[in-house]
Formats: sequence, structure tokens, C-alpha cells
Amino acid sequence: MTAELHEELTDPHAGEQLDHGAASSRPLKSRISEPQPRGAKIRGNRPVDQSEAANRFMAATEHEAMHDARLWDLRQKRDKEMHGIEEWEELRNLASGIKEHTLSKLDYYLELFEKNATANGIKVHWAKDGAEHNAIVLEILRSKGVELLIKSKSMLTEECGFREFMAKNNVEVIETDLGERIQQLDDEAPSHVVVPAVHKLRTDVASVFAKTIGSDPDNADAHYLTECQREATRPLILSAQAGMTGGNFVVAETGTFVVCTNEGNADLSANTPPLHIASIGIEKLIPGLNELPVFIRLLSRSALGSPITQYTSHFRGPREGGEMHVVLVDNGRSERLGMEKFWPGLKCIRCGACMNTCPVFRRSGGLSYGATYAGPIGLIIDPTFNVHKYRNLPYSSTMNGSCTNVCPVKINIHEQIADWRKTLAGEGEISPVKKVMMKAAGEVLASPVVYRASLPLGRSALRHLPHFMLYNKLNTWGRKRDIPETPKQTFNEWYRRNRKSQSEGEKS
Amino acid sequence: MSGSRDAILGAIRKNHIQGERPRPAVPLFDQAAPADLKALFQKSLERMGGKILIPDATDPMAPVRQAFVKPGPVVSCVPEFEGDMKITPQTKPTDIAPVEYAVLRAAFGVAETGSLCFTEKQLHVNTTGFLPQHLIVLLDPAQIVYNLHNAYQRPEWLQAHYAVFQSGPSATADIEGVLVHGAQGVRSLSVLFQP
Repeated sequence: MTAELHEELTDPHAGEQLDHGAASSRPLKSRISEPQPRGAKIRGNRPVDQSEAANRFMAATEHEAMHDARLWDLRQKRDKEMHGIEEWEELRNLASGIKEHTLSKLDYYLELFEKNATANGIKVHWAKDGAEHNAIVLEILRSKGVELLIKSKSMLTEECGFREFMAKNNVEVIETDLGERIQQLDDEAPSHVVVPAVHKLRTDVASVFAKTIGSDPDNADAHYLTECQREATRPLILSAQAGMTGGNFVVAETGTFVVCTNEGNADLSANTPPLHIASIGIEKLIPGLNELPVFIRLLSRSALGSPITQYTSHFRGPREGGEMHVVLVDNGRSERLGMEKFWPGLKCIRCGACMNTCPVFRRSGGLSYGATYAGPIGLIIDPTFNVHKYRNLPYSSTMNGSCTNVCPVKINIHEQIADWRKTLAGEGEISPVKKVMMKAAGEVLASPVVYRASLPLGRSALRHLPHFMLYNKLNTWGRKRDIPETPKQTFNEWYRRNRKSQSEGEKS
Repeated sequence: MSGSRDAILGAIRKNHIQGERPRPAVPLFDQAAPADLKALFQKSLERMGGKILIPDATDPMAPVRQAFVKPGPVVSCVPEFEGDMKITPQTKPTDIAPVEYAVLRAAFGVAETGSLCFTEKQLHVNTTGFLPQHLIVLLDPAQIVYNLHNAYQRPEWLQAHYAVFQSGPSATADIEGVLVHGAQGVRSLSVLFQP
């Protein structure tokens, strides 16, 4: 790519720190180039070892530091936005109540949406799983002779293995979101629902773009790289025969679906080619237009700490001469609705706030989870897709509850993580190491005498054990954090010395 | 596939969550709306990376002409200003690609978020909203609502097939959080208050 393409780069304002939208509120810059750690090793249906992949991510200190700082900055931006809105907690309660109401009458609202959308000229399809979704989309594309499809980001199509399927069927799929495009060109899944390439350093992106779109391998400037992608993707956008989007919210009473992006990819994918296909999970329904602003106000503030996404796009019917299809996808959702403890996961609006706040996620990277959904929300959703493969994930949590506190739709994430641990143990889905540890812990905890006797031992051991014995591979709690200083006494000892003698003194 | 439709709806009915969950009433949250919505809109728009053009009392369209700093075709979707490119019923969405500046009028604005609403009625061809390099937008200050709750009470949602809130220019921060304007859509967005 030649420098002439990038006149914007000579803009005197280009170097200033812009801090709205998805941006970081302070300058972050990786200092060194370091090979990118890759995600979890996937071996068929064998349980994913998140902690093994997390170890490799943490060993790449530059990646880990950038990832942690970037996501924590997003969390802090979210807090600032939250404090700017007096009715924040009321909005969260409303959002949760609206989602629960809609889920309790989901059949009614789906049929209402279908009726209204059809009346406006949208063709509505139903897919029970990912394979059927892919087949429906392929059939629509084949009927129009489509060979090139442009796409805006959608977690649902990741769930369906859509790109891989289309590649096998000779349809070229071009992701238009910058982060998603980086991941597509690197043949890697997105690591975060909102910022798909957040685990990559600028030098990683420079090397991916140098290999795939011909950028200068020695130029890792974010402005330059973004401009290269714009220039490389634009001709493809203009020549595509079909466009695809997801849907963040579906308004049943008006037959509208809403897509939120910062780059404008949904508008671009939907409006440039003559054919628009939207893939939408059946849990995205809300009743009407009175409810919609509750979610629009919460989504980007929770996700990125910005008041709204740069583009909020509403589709209610095809444009003149155009064609619009909506594929409503179940893929396990109707079954999840019947899971007494786990149905609230269906309230999720995919803002990623739980990921940004999670200490495990920030230090281990989204690809370490080896599943479509990473972070706290992934821990409670992934096992519903495959309980054996994702049986270790509910243990990748410190149970600090921060995810629950930031969730805009008030999903009890940390409680569900605990419930999954119980459920998995009940189903025998527990690793051999944990089984041994649980058994030992069970024996100690079952007997008050043995438990009390064990405490001073553990305490003095913690105080006197050499560093290497505490911070080793077996003790995952010592990884990347210091264990708090151990108290000199147990509570029981303290109580006996102070209160008990006091109360005894009072008696006498 | 109607088989799947019935199977999905059937599974939902079988698995419905227990208990009454009434539809909550959503207030408008507009008790604290300031009298000067224009000032709040400006502040919010600038926060989202948009610019406000300084009005000219004698020649209302002068600020628009002055905003054209780069050479290239101008398309206008407003009667107040004539561009170099005409949109006709034959204009295809991709024909907008070479445009440097598009001059549009917003249906209305939202003070809370600095958002501008465009529908197919204002855009003529939907791609005029994002394929040009830069947007210059006329906004009637009388058409600014306080917050998003007020915005969704507007009639446009039941009239248009396509409606978008654009809040500042296209933006991305997908590489190390560095914000870049003009990810795929417009590189800049400027607003002129014009009744």
C-alpha cells in the first residue's frame, strides 16, 4: 500500500488523543513486539483446559498488561457514564423486568414480530440450530447467485460456524468490522463480544495485515492500519451481492430489528447490496418502542462507557427494489428457557461489561476459554451448548460477584457459576484433580474438630512456607496475585480470648 | 421451514418460565430536561466526535460551503443547497461511493446523546448516510428532543423502513484502544443549526 492513499494521516488533528466512543480514555501503547499467545487447544470433545491457555497468555507479559489495562479502562469509563445518569439502577431494573416479561411470553412476541415484519415485506425464516441457519442462508444466497457477501459483526453467526460453512460452499464472506476483520484475516475467533481483537497488540495487527492485505510490516500505527483496512475493504463492499447483519434488539409490536455499531457496518452491509439477511437469536425480542430506549441507553454505556454507539440502525422493511430476510435462530435457546436455574442467561444483551470487569478474563484473554462466549457470561452459557467440553469453565472465576454488579440486565452471573459447579458435580462432570481435592476438603469441612485443628496449621504454613511453594503451578490462586497476609489468630481463637472471656467475666 | 417454526414455538411453550411477569411501565425520565436543548445537543454531539458549524446571519449556506475543504463531488439532499451530483430514481446505492461531501437534513436530533435521525425520506438513497467521506447535516433546533425515551415517541418509527441514529462520525478503537474516525463510514460529521 502506498502512502498516498492515506492523506488523512497527515491531518494535524490525527495525532491527538480522541477519547469518545470505543476509545481508551488514556494513552495505552505496547512497548515491545512479542509473539501473540494463541487460545485454548481444542481437542474434539475433550474438556477445554482454560487454565493452560491462560498460563500462556500471562507468560506473554506485554499482551497481558495491555489487555488488562484496556479492559479495565473500559470498566472505568462505564462507571463514569453510570454516575452521570440518575435513573441508572431504575433502568437496570426495567431492563431485567422487560426481558423477563418477554421471555415469559416469548411464543406470543415471536409470532407478533413475524406478523408485523411480514406485513412490512420482510421474509421471516426459522432455524432450530446452526446447521439449519447456515442452510437457509445458503439457499437464499444461491437463489440470487451470490458469491461475495459482506457482513457486520454477529456473535450468533460465530455460534453457527457460519464463515467456515460458507467457505466450503464457495461463498466469500468479508467481515467489515475492523476487529472482526483482523480476526478473520488471522483465522482466529473473536476474543471478546464487543472488541474482537482486544487481545492483540498493534504489532500483531501489523503482521497480520502485512501478510494478508499488503500493508507495511514495519508500520504498526493504529491510524495507518485502520486506513489500510478501509481502503482494502471498500471495493469489496461495493461489489458484494448481499449483506448480512445480526440484531441487538427486535421490536415485536413494530416488526423492527435494531443493530448497534460504532463503525457503521450494519448500515453499510444492509444498504449497499440489493439483498439483506439478518440472523437473530430468538431471545432478542422486546415488546415495543417504549421499551427500546431502556436498552439503547444501557448497552453502549455498559459496554464501552459511551452514551450510545455511533450508529443505531433500525430496519423495519426492505428498501425500494431491495430484499430483506430475517432468520430467527433457536440453537439451544428454547431448551435453556426450561432450565430452572440457567434461563436468566437468556436476558444477556452481549455488552461485555462482565468480561471487562472480570479479573480472570482480563488476565487470561478471551481465547483461553476455547468457546464462542468467553468471560463470566461464557461460563454460564457455554455449558448449555456442551456440558462435557465446557465443564472446566465455571471454575475460571474468583466468585467476586463483580460481573453480577455491572450486568445491565441484572443476570445473577456469579450465582449461576456456583450453580453450574453444583450441577456439574452432580452429573459427574468434574476433573479428577478436583475430585481428589473436594474429597479431602469434604472430610476436613465435615468435622468441626478436624477443621479447627487444621486451621492453625494452614495459617502457620502460609506464613512460613517459602515463596516458591505458594506461588506454583498447583496453586492457581497464587497466579498473578499476592495471597493476603495471614492473620496471627483464627477467628475462633480471637473470639475465645476476647469475647468469651469478657462474657464470662460479665457473668461472674 | 414451517416444521422448525412449530418445533421452536412448541419447545418454548413447553419450557416457559414459571410465574407472572407483568410488562413494566417505562417512564420518560424527562423531568430534569433543560430549557436549552440546543446547548445540550451541541455538548453531546461534540463528545461523540461531531462538530458544530458557526452560523452566518447574512448567508445561511456559507458555513456549508466553507466546510468543503477537500476537492471532490458534493451530493445534496436538501433544497437549500445545490450539489454537483443529482440523485434520481435511477441512482444506485453504490453510485454514492465517489462522493466527498453529502449535505443532509436530519429528521430530528436527540440532546442526551447528540444523535441525528435519518430515514430513507432524508437520505433519498440510504447510502448517502455513510458512503460519502464527510457529512454536513442541517438540523432544525425546534426538532431536538431531550432524551431517547422522547425520541422513540416520534412518528418516524412507524413510517420509515430504514431509520438510523448517527451520533458523530464512524469510529473504531479496535487496535489498542486508539480512536480513529472513519472506520468504514464517514470520517467527519458537522452540524449546522438551520430551521
